[in-house]
Amino acid sequence: MKKLPRNQLDSLFAALSGLQKLYIPSDDASGQAKFTVYEPGMTLTKNLNTVRSAKDLFFPQVENLMGFKVTGKQLELIETRDVTEPFVLFGVRACDCRSFEILDKVFLAEPVDTYYQTRRENGLIVSMACTRPEETCFCAAFDIDPAAPAGDVSCWMDEENLYWQANTEKGETLTAGLSMLADCDAEAVESQQAATREIMQKLPLASLDLSAFGAGKTKELFSRPEWNQLSEACLGCGTCTFVCPTCQCYDIQEFNNGKTVRRFRCWDSCMYSDFTRMSAGQPRPTQLERFRQRFMHKLVYFPDNNKGCFSCVGCGRCLAKCPIHMNIVKVIKTLGEGTK
Amino acid sequence: MRQDPLIPMIGQVTNIRVDTPDVKTFRVVGLDGKKPFVHIPGQCAMLSIPGVGEALFSITSSPTEPDFIEFSIKKCGCVTAWLHAMEPGQQVTIRGPYGNGFPVDTDFAGKDLLFIAGGIGLAPLHSVINYCRHYRSRYGKIDIVYGSRSKQDLVDFEEILNVWCKEDGINVHLTIDREQPDWDGHVGFVPNYVKELGFDTNKTVVMCGPPVMIKFTLAGLMELGFAREQVYTTMELKMKCALGKCGRCNIGSKYVCKDGPVFRFDQLDALPDEY
Repeated sequence: MKKLPRNQLDSLFAALSGLQKLYIPSDDASGQAKFTVYEPGMTLTKNLNTVRSAKDLFFPQVENLMGFKVTGKQLELIETRDVTEPFVLFGVRACDCRSFEILDKVFLAEPVDTYYQTRRENGLIVSMACTRPEETCFCAAFDIDPAAPAGDVSCWMDEENLYWQANTEKGETLTAGLSMLADCDAEAVESQQAATREIMQKLPLASLDLSAFGAGKTKELFSRPEWNQLSEACLGCGTCTFVCPTCQCYDIQEFNNGKTVRRFRCWDSCMYSDFTRMSAGQPRPTQLERFRQRFMHKLVYFPDNNKGCFSCVGCGRCLAKCPIHMNIVKVIKTLGEGTK
Repeated sequence: MRQDPLIPMIGQVTNIRVDTPDVKTFRVVGLDGKKPFVHIPGQCAMLSIPGVGEALFSITSSPTEPDFIEFSIKKCGCVTAWLHAMEPGQQVTIRGPYGNGFPVDTDFAGKDLLFIAGGIGLAPLHSVINYCRHYRSRYGKIDIVYGSRSKQDLVDFEEILNVWCKEDGINVHLTIDREQPDWDGHVGFVPNYVKELGFDTNKTVVMCGPPVMIKFTLAGLMELGFAREQVYTTMELKMKCALGKCGRCNIGSKYVCKDGPVFRFDQLDALPDEY
C-alpha cells in the first residue's frame, strides 16, 4: 500500500492527467457531482456519489455505430466509430465498480460488443472507498463492501492522506510511474474500514431482505397483485433507468443529412411505451407491464441468466431521483413482505 | 473498417415477387452475387434501408437454396412499406442469421410433420417445409394446413399448387375464410379445419400465424390429444440488436432473438404470458 498527503492531491492528478485523460468526480456550477475531465485547479466533490453513474464512460448515452453513403440504389459503409483513447476514471465508488462487472456480463458476452469492449480496455478504474454511506445506500444487500471497492486501483482517504492500493497489472504499471506515492502500512485504512462497516450496519436499509428474489422466481412474482399498486403512480419518465449504473437497454436510431446516414445507438428505457411497440402489436400495453419488466429484469430475469447475480448495486440513485418516490427498495419490501 | 456484430453487410435485392396484395418476396444476395450466409430453417436476419430503419425478418427460403436468401414480407409498418415501394437492384443492409431455428436435424428427424400456418405465418414455415422436402427421406408423412383471408391472400400459392401439391407423401390442405367464386376448396378458419381433419397424434406440429389462430388451433390440437411438447411455434417481438443486448424482446428471462424465435408450447408455458 502507498500513500500521499491530501494537500498533494493536485500533484497526483497533474501526473495522471499528464499520462492519460483523467476523469474525477467534481461539482458543476449547480453543485451536482459528475465525472469531469480534470483540469488544474479542479477539486474532488464532497458529495458521496455522482448524480449520473460512471457507466457513461463505457456505455455513453449516445455513440456512433456506423454510417452509410447513399447514392441512388447503392450503399457504402462508412466508419464512424468514435476514437477511444486510454483514460483513468478516478473516484469510482464500490457500487459503480460492481456495475461494470454487471455491464460486462451483457456487452462482453458472445457476440462481444466491440464498442463497449474498446472503452473497457482503454479505461483504468481507480476506486474510492466510502466513509459516509447515506440513508439511501443498500449496496451491502448485494454483498458489496463500500470500504473495500474493486477497480484496477483502490483508494481510501482520511483527513490527512490518500491511500493507494494497486489490484491489477494495469494498476501496478500506473502506480510505478507515480513517484509522489510513498510506501505505507495498512493500519489507517483498516481502522477506517472498521468504522465504515459499523455505520453500514446502522443504516436503515442494512437489513434489506432479498430472499424472495433471484433466479427461478418468475412464477411466484410475475402475477402478484402488488404490481398494480406499486406501478400505479409511475409516470414512465425513465429517470430511474437513466441514473441507474446497470440499466443497459439501448435503441438504434439514424440521422439522415440527405447525403449520408449516421446510425447511432442511445440509451433507451423499458419504462417507455415505444420500447416494445411494433406495427404488429404491443406486448406491454400499460405502465404496469413496463414497471414490472424493469424490476423483474433486475431481480429475477438477470439472475436467471447470470448465475444468480442481481442487476442492481444498491447505489440509491433511483431512490433519490424518482419524482414519485417509488423505487426498487419499495418493490423489494412490498413483494418480499407479501411472500412471507 | 473494424468489424462488430452490429455492422451489417451490404446486400442487393435481385428479384421482387408480388405474392398477395400486401405480401412481396424479396431475393437478396451479397455484393459478390452470392448467398450472404448459411442459415438454419426458422432463423431470422436484420434487413435495413439506411435512413428508414432496421427490422428483423424470418428467412423464407430454405438453406438448401444455394444461390440466395429470400424474405416474404407483409406491408405493415415504416420499413416494410419502404421495402414494398422499392425496385430490384436496390441495395440494402443485412446481418444475421439470428436465433435458434427449428430442430430440423434432431427432434424433427424421422417424425411425421404437421405444418399449420395462417396468412403471412407461412413465411417462416416455408423455409422448414422446403428443407424437409429437400431431405425427404429423413422425415415421415408431411401434412400442411394453410389458410388465409382469401385466395388472393395465400402466400406462395403458385409453388403450393404446382410443387407441394404434386409431391408424394405431402398432403396440402388449403382453406380461405369466406366463399369466393373462383375457389372450390375448403372454406373456414384454420382452427376448425384442423379439428375437422382430425390428425392422429403421432406427429410433430409446427405452427405459425396470427395470435388468435394460434390460440384456437392450439386448443383444438389439445382436444385431438396432442401434447404441448409436440407443438412448435416461432415468436416475434420488437428488436434493435438481435444479439440479446438491447433488452426489449424478452419474455421473462428468455430473449426471442437468441433463445428463440422457435419455442415449444411447453417452453412458452414456463414463461410469463407477456407476448
